[in-house]
Formats: sequence, structure tokens, C-alpha cells
Amino acid sequence: MTRRERKRLQCEKIIEEKGIICLENVTKSFPGGAHAVNDVSFQIKQGEFVFIVGDNGSGKSTLLKLFLRELVASQGKVTVMGQDLSKIRHRQIPKFRRNLGVVFQDFRLLKDRNVYENVAFAQRIIQMPTNKIKKNVPGVLATVGLAGKYKLKTTQLSGGEQQRVALARALVNKPAILLADEPTGNLDPRSSWEIMKLFEEINANGTTVVVVTHAKEIVDTMQKRVITLKRGKLINDVEEGVYGDED
Amino acid sequence: MRISTLFYTIRQGFKSIWRNFWFSLASVATISACLFLFGLFYVVIANFQNIVKTAEEGVSVTVFFHSAGDECELKGLEHDENQIPTDQRIEEIGKLIQARAEVSDVKYISDDEAWDTFGPAYFGENYREGFPENPLEGWDSYEVYLSDVSLQPALVNWLQSIPQVRKVNYSEMTASTLSGANMIIAYVSLGIIVILLAVSVFLIGNTVAMGISIRKEEISIMKYIGATDFFVRAPFVIEGMMIGLMGTAAPLAIIYVLYQYILDYVAGRFTMLSGFLQFLPISDIFHFLVPVSLVLGVGIGFLGSFTTVRKHLHV
Repeated sequence: MTRRERKRLQCEKIIEEKGIICLENVTKSFPGGAHAVNDVSFQIKQGEFVFIVGDNGSGKSTLLKLFLRELVASQGKVTVMGQDLSKIRHRQIPKFRRNLGVVFQDFRLLKDRNVYENVAFAQRIIQMPTNKIKKNVPGVLATVGLAGKYKLKTTQLSGGEQQRVALARALVNKPAILLADEPTGNLDPRSSWEIMKLFEEINANGTTVVVVTHAKEIVDTMQKRVITLKRGKLINDVEEGVYGDED
Repeated sequence: MRISTLFYTIRQGFKSIWRNFWFSLASVATISACLFLFGLFYVVIANFQNIVKTAEEGVSVTVFFHSAGDECELKGLEHDENQIPTDQRIEEIGKLIQARAEVSDVKYISDDEAWDTFGPAYFGENYREGFPENPLEGWDSYEVYLSDVSLQPALVNWLQSIPQVRKVNYSEMTASTLSGANMIIAYVSLGIIVILLAVSVFLIGNTVAMGISIRKEEISIMKYIGATDFFVRAPFVIEGMMIGLMGTAAPLAIIYVLYQYILDYVAGRFTMLSGFLQFLPISDIFHFLVPVSLVLGVGIGFLGSFTTVRKHLHV
């Protein structure tokens, strides 16, 4: 058995035991001593759909940055996909992130490129051969309902459509986890629901979905697991919960 | 790395220049302006140095030997046994002079040749009529040209120490003036070149850095979706180098055309100055200017983009 195979098996074992995302007494403090996240522990199992909610400054986005290894925990242990993120080296981060799809509130699309190029870009990064890119990108654009708009510049699209492009880009490499930071924050209610339905479909296909949001109506309606943070502390973690549910 | 990925990154580098057209144009213009100023200054300094060097090459020291009936005897001084050199000794001294480091060329002028030059200049074409015999007989001499005019005193001292040498003719003022001018030009040009280089490095580096900084969101997007540092950096570096190359080519082309025009203009209009104003050929100028401009333009384009992208890679 090769070293890579051994490591893969080890990660799978950790995922089985601890879940696909596992936080153990995680604290993230910034210079000045402020705790953005304070002694937070929870696990997210493979295939789960989780909302992380809380007021501004509650530490939701910091949590997402810890999952992405944009930040490193000051204390405690963050394990994602079986990998202890405090031990991961800088040059290993890109490969690690390829297992994660990320969607942001402000879409973060490359404005000077068209829809197809934005999605294909994620495939270029993992060095997918061009012929496969040409096959995969239209497929994922069809999934998010943008099959006919691949030639358009992203600036020619509505907010909802731009978020779909971002979603297609996040999905094209078939990530194990989809992380979304306020994905409906810039969208009208109709587009928000369309995006959330897509998230649900993606989750139904086995992808773990973690959504950081303020959208009370969506959280209350969807009846998924809800993790609530307040001033960096985990104050509630309820299966099929609602926004602001404090038991 | 896949070949297709390599070509993709190169293509992206080229596309970025077009996508960020105005920034690219501003960068090319900044680089061009810096290198044009640098080139222009170099052309002036190089030619000025060349003129001084040409003048230096014309500075010579004339060496005369003792002979029977020369001015020493006229003054009532008797020659020693060894003081009057034989033809063989004069030849030997000529070889010794040629071997000196300070010397670039030595020309032997016999007394007949001296009279043939001197006579017509002072007494007209019929100079031989008044002087049936050569009045400069025994005035054989060496005309010694210097490789470096600042070394003239050392050479003159040495020549004067040779027993057979009667007199050494030289101009101390010409030597010291040229030597001083040369030194001033060297220091001033070095100082200005260093300042221009520093300004160019600062301006070009900052322009490249600024252009990349406004695209830091693009870099962060790439990093979020798992791009390696190389994948992010390569198109920016190629873009930086291409902008550097374009910024280098433009001033070099302008200087080339302008210099040729000035050479032709001066040659056509000021023919009487052609003996004094020895302009360097364009090949000599470009021999230095092309590599230095390329290092400055492409090198700073490369380094500037490489280091600036690195600042934004920690996402």
C-alpha cells in the first residue's frame, strides 16, 4: 500500500469517527485579545446540511475561514476531511481546498471573463485536460440552470444568475463540502429560494453543505440543523432547528 | 505540470495585458519614460566621454636625444661618453617606451622627416632653398601617445631618467585638464546613472505593484478555489515581463531613430566639427543600452510582479 493510500484510509477513518468537519475546543483570537471564536466544539457528519447563524460579530465568518484554512485556530483543533488544519503546510493548502466548494455573498466572480471561463477556471486550477473541461462545464451550468448563458459576461447577469455561476464554479470539481457565506445576502427572495433549492439538491446528492446566513425565513422553513453562535460562543446546536432557537 | 496548463498560464498572461488595457498602457508608458530618460542621458554621457577620450588620444609626449652640436654644447656643456646614443640605442629606447603600460603608440620621427614637416610649415614650399642642409640634424625624436593621460607625469619622469634623452616636450596643463574633465564626467555620470536607475526601479516597481494590487480580489478568488501559488503567479509574472519588454522596446526604437537622425544632421550641417566631434556609432551605444534596458524593464517587470503577487498569496 502506498503512503498516499494509507493517508487516504486514515482520513476516511477520521471522517467516520469525527465527522467531515470537527471542531474541538476551538478558539480564535486576534491581536488585541478579542476572541472571534471562543471554545467552540461541534461535529458535522458527511452528507449533512447545516446552517450556522448568529448576529454580526458572532464569529460565523471566522468559522468559515477556519474551515478554509484561511485562518488557523489559536487554540483547539480543526479537522476537515480528516486533516488537522493546524498541521497542514502552506503548499498543501491549495490541494486541500480543492475538496471544498465556496460560495460568497458578493459572488466573487472574475468580472472580465464570461460565464464559461469563470467555471472552467476552477477546472484549470486542478489541471483538468481541456477536452474534459469542455464536457464538464456545460454539464454543471445545466445543473444550475445557466446552460444557455455560458457566453455572457458575468456583469450581464442578474444577482441570482451570478450566484448560480459561483455555485457552478464551486461544484464543477465535485467537492465533498460546499461552504456558503451569506449566499442569499444580495439576492431577492425568489432568487434566494432558487439558490437554496439548488443547495438542497446538491446536498441530496451526498455533498455536505454548510451555510452561514442571516436569512431567518429560509432557516425556519428548511428545518435543517442549526448551529447558533453569539459573541464567538456556541449557544445552540439543534437538529431541524429554527433561527435564534435557544431551546 | 501539464503542457496545456503551461500554455494556459502563458495565454492568460497575454490576455491580462489586453484585459487591463489602461493599466498596461500606463505601465508601458512609465517604463518607457524612465528608460528613455536613462537612455538619453547615457547617449549624451557616452559621447561626451568619447570626445574627451579622442582628445586624450591626441595628447603626445615628444622625446629628443642628445647629439653632437646640440643646444647642450651651444650652452658650453660637454656630453658624457654615453650620452649621445647610437642608432641601435635609439631603437632600443623606442622598444622600451612601447613596452610601458602608459603608452598606446610610439612613432619614430627621423630628423629628415622632422624637417620635411617643419620646413614647409614655417618657411613655405621653397624651404630647402635657404637651408641646403637639414638644420634639424640630430633631432631624431619619438612621438609617444598615451593610453591614459593621467599617467603622463609618471612616463615623463621615467623618460627624463634615461641618460640619452636630452629633452621631453609635454603639456602638463592639457593632461591635467583632460584628466580632470574625465574624472568629473565619470563621477557625475555615475551619480546620475545611479539616481536614474533608483528612480526607474522605484517607479517601474511601484507601477507593476499597483496594477497587481488592484487585482488582489482576483488573486484571492484563485486561492479560495485551490490554485497553487505558481498557477496564480505565472500569468502575472508573464504579464509583468511582457509589459517590461514593450516598455523597453519603445524607448530603444526612439533613441535609435533619433540618434541616427542627429548623426546625419550634424554630419551634414557641421562638417567642420567632424574632426573634433567624434560621435560613437549606434552599435557601441546599443551594446550597453540594450542589455541594461532589458534588465531594467523586463527584470523589474518580473521581480515587481513576482514579489507583489507574493504579498497577496496568503489567503
